[in-house]
Amino acid sequence: MTVQQHAREIYEQFSDQLDVTVEEVEERLDTLVNEYSIPADEARRSVVSNYLDEADMDRDDLSGGSNETVQVGDIDADEEWIDLRVAVADLWEPQSESISQVGLLGDESGTTKFVAFETSDLPELTEGESYALGNVVTDEYEGDYSVKLNRTTSITELDEEIEVGDDSTTVEGALVDIQSGSGLIKRCPEEGCTRVLQNGRCSEHGEGDGEFDLRIKGVLDDGGDVHEVIFDQEATEDLTGIGLDEAKQMAMDALDTTVVADEMAEGVLGRYYRVTGPTLGRYVLVNEMESLGGADAESTLIRARSI
Amino acid sequence: MSVPTREVARRVFAEEFNDAGYTFKESDDERAPVYALLPTGAHANRVFVVGTLTETEDIGEDSEYWRGRIVDPTGTFFTYAGQYQPEAANALRDLEPPAYVSVVGKPRTFETDDGGVNVSVRPESISVVDADTRDRWVVETAERTLDRIETFEDDDNEYAAMARDHYDLPVETYEESVVEALRSLEEEEADAPETEA
Repeated sequence: MTVQQHAREIYEQFSDQLDVTVEEVEERLDTLVNEYSIPADEARRSVVSNYLDEADMDRDDLSGGSNETVQVGDIDADEEWIDLRVAVADLWEPQSESISQVGLLGDESGTTKFVAFETSDLPELTEGESYALGNVVTDEYEGDYSVKLNRTTSITELDEEIEVGDDSTTVEGALVDIQSGSGLIKRCPEEGCTRVLQNGRCSEHGEGDGEFDLRIKGVLDDGGDVHEVIFDQEATEDLTGIGLDEAKQMAMDALDTTVVADEMAEGVLGRYYRVTGPTLGRYVLVNEMESLGGADAESTLIRARSI
Repeated sequence: MSVPTREVARRVFAEEFNDAGYTFKESDDERAPVYALLPTGAHANRVFVVGTLTETEDIGEDSEYWRGRIVDPTGTFFTYAGQYQPEAANALRDLEPPAYVSVVGKPRTFETDDGGVNVSVRPESISVVDADTRDRWVVETAERTLDRIETFEDDDNEYAAMARDHYDLPVETYEESVVEALRSLEEEEADAPETEA
């Protein structure tokens, strides 16, 4: 690669952030390579470092030139630089001041969580709109992938509408277990932290008062497969008929929060349900649920007699 | 970090369950799960049972030890709960038979004085359910049992091979009890008053 080619690539990496020209980059490289006899790769590294300082960027923020455009369902590695063509499927309330936007991006392969940070100073994405996103980086947490936008991310609104595929799953079975950490729980009040307190302690922020919430971590078992499911506050109330206020009152009367989970278990444990929702790690997050009633014996009887 | 996978709760009628007297482990680890071998060719570390609780009795001598009889269309499950299963013991103490109940639990075997093997359920939980749940369980258990019977002759069915080695129990017996169980459900439906709105 010639000095000019190196210069062109460096220029492309920084042209969005710095007011530089290809000629300036080339001059710097040329000085190092031809006057100081530094190998081209080393010279390039030095020039890039200089520009990173000037732009107040990390080397991680730097794109490696052109990325592969991938589908969100194919994201399977941490810290990969990729391009996406996606629709904004959902925007959530950021739980931290450092986050400007958080939500779900989707294409026909499904959806993935995204985060944009205040410091990246990006234009806001609009829910329902479709975009070409250049240079986002993948992130992994406990086996789940998301993407982070950063200050080098290019955002181009698309005229076409990207269709978002449905990656939610439906599972059914008997509710054979309600796991610990269900019922009336307390979450860490620290901003951006929603960890569940264990004995009044957050594993990250220590002792805290906590904010009450309802949740059921359950197991649906159909005799062949086991599915772990999470009912959030709304779904828990749907399932058990017990809302947050009632749960708090029950706990207060009994001077014990565990009575809530016990009360909830009565009437739902050992019964059949079908739930639908997105998967998060090994859990299905319940969006919709229905209670399953009696079943028709006739078709099974026909099957039994035909063996 | 891998989380140990939870054992599935098998669906099996009382008649077959009570025949599942052979238990085994799949590793030498002291804490490895114990499986009961179902005669239709499956291993069960956990079962899910729904039936009618017909009788409860405290048979403990020094401390409470509750026995419950739970009846399905093919026979009777026995379940025992003592101080190490406090919630299930509470349930058996408080419940008034007859009642539809569901039990999630582990198969346990013990040898009787006359050399036979009794199979029972050590409950993890016992809950009151409704007739619809019981009906669904009967149909589901029939389906699961038929699944096992249909694959019993498969060459790669290791638990069926194990069942042939350890039992002399033809699977046709359980096929007949599946039909009986389903027919009892249909007859009940025919007898029941119309409840449609």
